[in-house]
Order: sequence, then structure tokens, then C-alpha cells
Amino acid sequence: MHTSTLAELAKRLRAKEFSVTELTQSLLGRIAAAQPKLNAFITVTPDSALARAKAADAALAAGKAGPLTGLPIAHKDIFCTQGVKTSCGSKMLDNFVSPYDATVVERLDAAGMVMLGKTNMDEFAMGSSNETSWYGPVRNPWDPKLVPGGSSGGSAAAVAARIAPIATATDTGGSIRQPASLCGVTGLKPTYGRVSRYGMIAFASSLDQGGLISLSAEDAAMVLEAMAGFDPRDSTSVDTPVPNYVAALDEPLAGLKIGLISEFFGGGLDADVEKLIRDALRVYEKLGATLVDVKLPALPLSVPTYYVVAPAECSSNLARFDGVRYGYRCQDPKDLMDLYKRSRGEGFGAEVKRRIMVGTYVLSAGYYDAYYLKAQRVRQLINQDFKRAFEQVDVLIGPTAPDVAFGIGAKTDDPIQMYLNDIYTIGANLAGVPGISIPCGFVRDLPVGMQICGPHFAEAKLLNVAHAYQKETDWHRRIPTDYVREVL
Amino acid sequence: MSLNRDQINSIAHLARLSLTEAEIPVYQDSLSKIVDLVGQLDAAPTQGVEPMAHPLPGLSARMRPDVVTEKDQHELYQRNAPQVEAALYLVPKVIE
Repeated sequence: MHTSTLAELAKRLRAKEFSVTELTQSLLGRIAAAQPKLNAFITVTPDSALARAKAADAALAAGKAGPLTGLPIAHKDIFCTQGVKTSCGSKMLDNFVSPYDATVVERLDAAGMVMLGKTNMDEFAMGSSNETSWYGPVRNPWDPKLVPGGSSGGSAAAVAARIAPIATATDTGGSIRQPASLCGVTGLKPTYGRVSRYGMIAFASSLDQGGLISLSAEDAAMVLEAMAGFDPRDSTSVDTPVPNYVAALDEPLAGLKIGLISEFFGGGLDADVEKLIRDALRVYEKLGATLVDVKLPALPLSVPTYYVVAPAECSSNLARFDGVRYGYRCQDPKDLMDLYKRSRGEGFGAEVKRRIMVGTYVLSAGYYDAYYLKAQRVRQLINQDFKRAFEQVDVLIGPTAPDVAFGIGAKTDDPIQMYLNDIYTIGANLAGVPGISIPCGFVRDLPVGMQICGPHFAEAKLLNVAHAYQKETDWHRRIPTDYVREVL
Repeated sequence: MSLNRDQINSIAHLARLSLTEAEIPVYQDSLSKIVDLVGQLDAAPTQGVEPMAHPLPGLSARMRPDVVTEKDQHELYQRNAPQVEAALYLVPKVIE
């Protein structure tokens, strides 16, 4: 049953092939067996999962079930879960038990989904390899010597290893799409403001957005419908109706205009990855789409723009961790300044401290205009590039990541090399547009993802375009078989 | 551009971060490289371009009715605090 998509599980539960309790027990067993090898979870919640499974079985038997009742899900450990440790991958929050639920968690709970546990992640979502987690790196199910990508590496590895059929994730510069690409699964980052950020621990508040890592676009559509929508508790939540994403999945693609970003093809992109993207584009042409070359001249500046904006917002957001109200406190502080400095110095990991310091520097007196204001202006140029592109085309298609998964430890000594993993994904965060990564083939036996972006609130179109490809191909159904044989 | 030791110490102080001796040269090196990376922005033609703070055009602060919506849950919240006494957060002595 573990190889079924969420949509298939929903049907099989209704056909009484197995109960929610049996499904939950089976997945909890797989999670326990995989944990020493993958390290995909920080916390597993078997007791509450089984209690919720029992309630879901009763709801199904009584004919009171909704479309998501009884379907299992894992939550990235950045989402607050009431009464359950919420660490954000940091020593700083290792002792933090959230007193409330994030809106995303609350909504999916109300829809009847069964939380299996909390997935591992880069510390405070800062990283592209899941190696900055205080709980140790997550390993890629396709090859345990390799990283799963990040920051939602635990969510991506869990879905790829079929130990959770779907997982929540967050994306500030590519943290949903890049790990989805490296693990051979589907990763959807919605439009900024589409999904509530309430209870989602903040990294860079003008870029952060919650989304999903799943086995298919169809699965993402089912769950996005329940988690999206206006939330008065998030001041940047947008009050615009949530469409029926599932109903839009099968719309024909005839007449679809696909833009190819000239700046993305060529220099820096692995030739084998490019070939797979070109092959995928031919599938779309057969479905009636036309290809148009578009130029986004400011887009190559997205990495330097991001590394001003994101650290600036991070230094401000992470000022709340002061060793006073919650989180880590150092031993025997000699005065208040010592308490602040050592609690933060000892509680945060190396990459988080690096970004706090970069942010502090670019916001400090005398540098604000040269760095922060300049970056905000370039961000506007990138935003306008996207706007102009979407006047010509319906979606943009290109690579998600420059290459396949790399070795654990290969890039940890060089932050700039690590940051360049996100060159194709950061632009969407700066402009706030949605993006989805779906598997489109293999290079050197490792999965490759293709990214589809659309204008603001075009999630239905993205899911439709992704689903059309997944009906024609089976890349998203490939399973890391060596791993499955060996471990489970 | 290369950041010196004093600059790193001063940034760390502003950010309220204690650094070990071993960390200072590591951050000197990586912060200098990051400052070089973001230096690419200098060449971008941005004269007259409106700075963009967030992706939502026309966003304004939402008003809500002036009514109490939170209940008192300080005991619950203070369960996560390192040190609490009589419902107060304890810190080292601030005033001599």
C-alpha cells in the first residue's frame, strides 16, 4: 500500500481494502525501519497518529468522511504543532513544545488527515542540503551517500522513500522545489500569501511560503485545496477564493504557451539535465503547447539579491530568540548581555549565525542604502521581468536545480557553492510567483526535476500542466528500489 | 572586499552573538565572499526603480474590531521558558 499515491489511498480506503489504522501502522513501521538510514524525521507521533486513525476509521464507517479523511501526512518541523516538539532543526528550539497549532496544521487536522510526525530540515530552513540540521543530515533514498537537498530535505526523502505519502514543506528560495528535484518527487511552492504563515516559524517573511511535497500533482491539488485560503491571523494572507484545484487537473493543454527563459539554458546547466528538460518540452508540444523564448534580463541577479534580502529579514526575525521566553539558555550567564550573546552563540548553528551576521551587516548604519535598498530595487526589476514574461506566455518551464544530488559534505565548506544550488528557484520567491518541480528523468541514475512557474495565483494552471505530463510519463512513479529492498 | 577581525566582532556584537576564537576567521572569510557576491548588484541599472519590499501590491495593514480575542494562557506559554518565578520571566540582575 505504501507505493500508492494519496489519491489512490483515498480510493482504496473507501473500497475497504485496508483501514486507516492498518495504513497508519504500516507507515509507522516503515518510518521506524528507515530512520537509522535516512534520518528523515525529528519526531514521530505514533500515539496521536493511531488515535486519529481510529477516529478516521469511525468517520469513514459512519459515512461522515471528507476527501482527506484518514490520509497520512508528515509535517516539516517548522510548523508549530500543539503539544508536540517543534524544533525547526535547531538546538535553539530542541526543548520547545508548541502551545498552539499552525493554521496549516489546524486545517489539515480538521480535514481529517493523520499526522505521522515532524520531518527533519536545515536549521531554521537555511540550507540547500539538509546538512545544517542540529539533528544531523538527512540522506537521499536514491543513494544514502548523497544529500536530499534542502531545506525541506526530510519531507522530500520521506515521500521519495514511501514512508509518508505526502508532507508539508516551506520554500524561501527553493526549499520545496530543489529537494523535490533531488529526490524525484513533486514539490509545490504556492504564490506568496496563498497559504497562511501563522505558526510557520519565520525565516524571511517577504519570501517564505508553505507548500507540499507529494508523489504527484494530483495529490498536491487535493491537499492544497484544504490548506490554502485567507487567514486573519497572517497579515500577508491574501483574501482571494481557493479554486477547485482537482477539478482543473484534466483541462486540455491545447494552445498553452510555454516560455523558456533564455538566461537559464546554456551556461552552468548540466548538459544531461538540459536534454531531459528539452525531452519534456517535446511531450508538451505533442499535447498542443507552443514554445516561446523569453528574456528575463535581471534574473541572473537573483542570487545576490536574495543574499541581501533573506539575511536582512532573517536577522530581524531571529532576534526573538533571546534565551528569556523560550528556547535555549546558556549556563550561568554573568549578566543580561552575556545571556543574550551566549544563548544565541551556543543555540544557533554555523549557517544560521552566518546569515544573521550578513543581515546585520547589510542593515547596519551606513550600509542600508548600498545593500538593502539596492537589493530591493533589483528585486523590483526581477519582479517586472516575470510580469512581462507572463504577458507573453502562460507558464515558464526550465530546470529546478543545476545538477543532480551531490555528496554529503561536498559543499559544506563553501557557502557560495551551496547558495548557487538555488539559482533557478530564487526568482520565484523574489517575485512571489508559484512554482512546481516534477520529476522528468534520470541522469547517472539520479532523479532530475523540471520547474514550472506561473503568474500569481496560477496554482490551478501549474497543477494542470504538471498533471498532464504525469499522465504521459511515469518518472514520478519510479521508486528507489535498492533502498527499498535493502531497508524495508 | 575583505572584512577584518574588528568588523566581524562588531557585527557579532550588534547581532548579540558570542563567537569563539576559531569562528572569527571562518566568518571573516565567508562573509567577505558573500559581500563580494552581493557586490554584483552594484552594476544593475536601478535609477528611478521603486524598491520592492514584498510581493503583494497594494498590501495595507488590516484593521479588526477592537475586542479581546486572546484568553490568558501565560501558564501554558511560560512552560517553555528557561526560568520563571511568580509568572515572571527571570533574567540576570539588570539594575544595580
